[in-house]
Amino acid sequence: MMTRTITAMAVALMATGTFAQAQDLVINGEIPITTRAPAPDFVPAFSEVISGWEFRSPETQQLETDDFENPGMLFVEAAREAFSEPLKEGGQSCADCHESPEALAGARAVYPKWDEEHGEVQTIEMQINECITERAGAEPWGYVSTEMDNMSALMSAVSRGMPVNVATDGPAHETWKQGEEMYYTRYGQLELSCANCHEDNYGNMIRADHLSQGQINGFPAYRLKNAKLNSVHDRFKGCIRDTRAQTFKPGSPEFVALELYVASRGNGLSVEGPSVRN
Amino acid sequence: MRNHIRLAAGIAALCGTAAFASEPPAPSDVVYTDTGAVEASLTGQPGDAASGAAIAGDKSVGNCVACHMISDLADVPFQGEVGPPLDGAGSRWSEAELRGIVANAKKTFPETMMPSFYKNEGYIRPGDAYTGDAPSGPLEPILTAQQVEDVVAYLMTLKE
Ligand code: HEC
Ligand code: HEC
Repeated sequence: MMTRTITAMAVALMATGTFAQAQDLVINGEIPITTRAPAPDFVPAFSEVISGWEFRSPETQQLETDDFENPGMLFVEAAREAFSEPLKEGGQSCADCHESPEALAGARAVYPKWDEEHGEVQTIEMQINECITERAGAEPWGYVSTEMDNMSALMSAVSRGMPVNVATDGPAHETWKQGEEMYYTRYGQLELSCANCHEDNYGNMIRADHLSQGQINGFPAYRLKNAKLNSVHDRFKGCIRDTRAQTFKPGSPEFVALELYVASRGNGLSVEGPSVRN
Repeated sequence: MRNHIRLAAGIAALCGTAAFASEPPAPSDVVYTDTGAVEASLTGQPGDAASGAAIAGDKSVGNCVACHMISDLADVPFQGEVGPPLDGAGSRWSEAELRGIVANAKKTFPETMMPSFYKNEGYIRPGDAYTGDAPSGPLEPILTAQQVEDVVAYLMTLKE
């Protein structure tokens, strides 16, 4: 009874919109970003998916509207240079295979995706390392490392404004199901699932934080809190740690599965990275 | 000599029972009613409401305000809105009900998001507090028995 009353209250609150719907997000006055889209059928809990941008303060939102104000763009510029530098002494660079970063526009929007050759779902970081090791014969970058986060931010930046469109069917489906299961698992000593915070309580304050839907269309995200780019798996790690749980490792099969599932929940939102968050 | 030994044995026995009586039950031994209340104090001692207020407001202890608004703790910034405000909780619920809610709210509200504060097993991938690492030894409940009693005593002061 009590539970029902409270749930009803929460629904009523959400319906009236406890978070400010600010102005539309347009980057550099020329890249319109879709921050609300119809929710995919497999997310029955709500009708709309919403970018984390909408939950941030007007000042933080503002920083993302202009590349000169977005601190994440400095790292994109660093990756732009790295793009044409040899991956090992005298070796090839990304530019030897891909004419320009812009030639890869659209890639970010469909990752994670099934890789036929390796028979597994790959994140964009895994694909980048595949290029580095198997094509250029160089040493892989750390899954979470400055070089990797920068390059991942460049891959997002050239795809900004394109709709996230991750495949959940076909050979990727099993991995996707694993991610879905994880999303609803109540981890740790606090016994909290992703859904507890990001599905049941988005729009509510949890201590000082305004809960969003936990979408990843804006990743990597430049966080004002730690003044650097934060990768998707970094964020997952932090959220799981906060449930007093033993986390999974960045790049682990578990986090790859969770990323595929969470990415698909944001299908239809624009690629927005590098976003600015607090 | 004989007497001495008997006396010593008697004292030891007394101390033994006394220590046993005040030893709080293991989390799995706490008895809940059908509706989730816990009738018996976990410590046999009255809780300290002032300490309970501190526990409820402190991020590193109970952190109740992460999810609940408590007007009485107006000086604690950033109160959450995940759970209902706790103002008047001491009028809505009996002491036994509040003890049950704090110790393991899932017995009162099935599936609730509220963490169980007096529980130490049955978790999925529990960690070593907030380190993200595996625990190094057996898990402690999030609050001690005395802390639970202190929080309950505090909640009882929150009247309509
Ligand atoms: C992660 C969120 C969370 C935390 C932390 C939390 N609670 Fe709750 N609490 C809830 C929710 C949600 C409910 C509503 C019960 C339901 O699910 O129907 C609730 C319900 C309650 C109720 C009954 C509400 C009423 O008055 O009708 C009390 C009392 C309570 N909590 C006390 C506490 C205390 C004391 C603490 C800290 C020791 C605490 N809570 C920590 C989420 C939380
Ligand atoms: C105890 C609450 C809680 C749980 C459980 C939780 N998160 Fe979060 N999460 C937060 C908070 C607080 C933030 C920062 C504010 C925001 O963006 O929602 C956040 C942010 C995020 C973001 C960044 C969103 C953006 O646009 O910047 C992602 C992605 C995310 N969470 C995913 C997850 C996933 C996946 C899980 C489960 C593995 C999870 N979270 C579990 C509290 C939680």
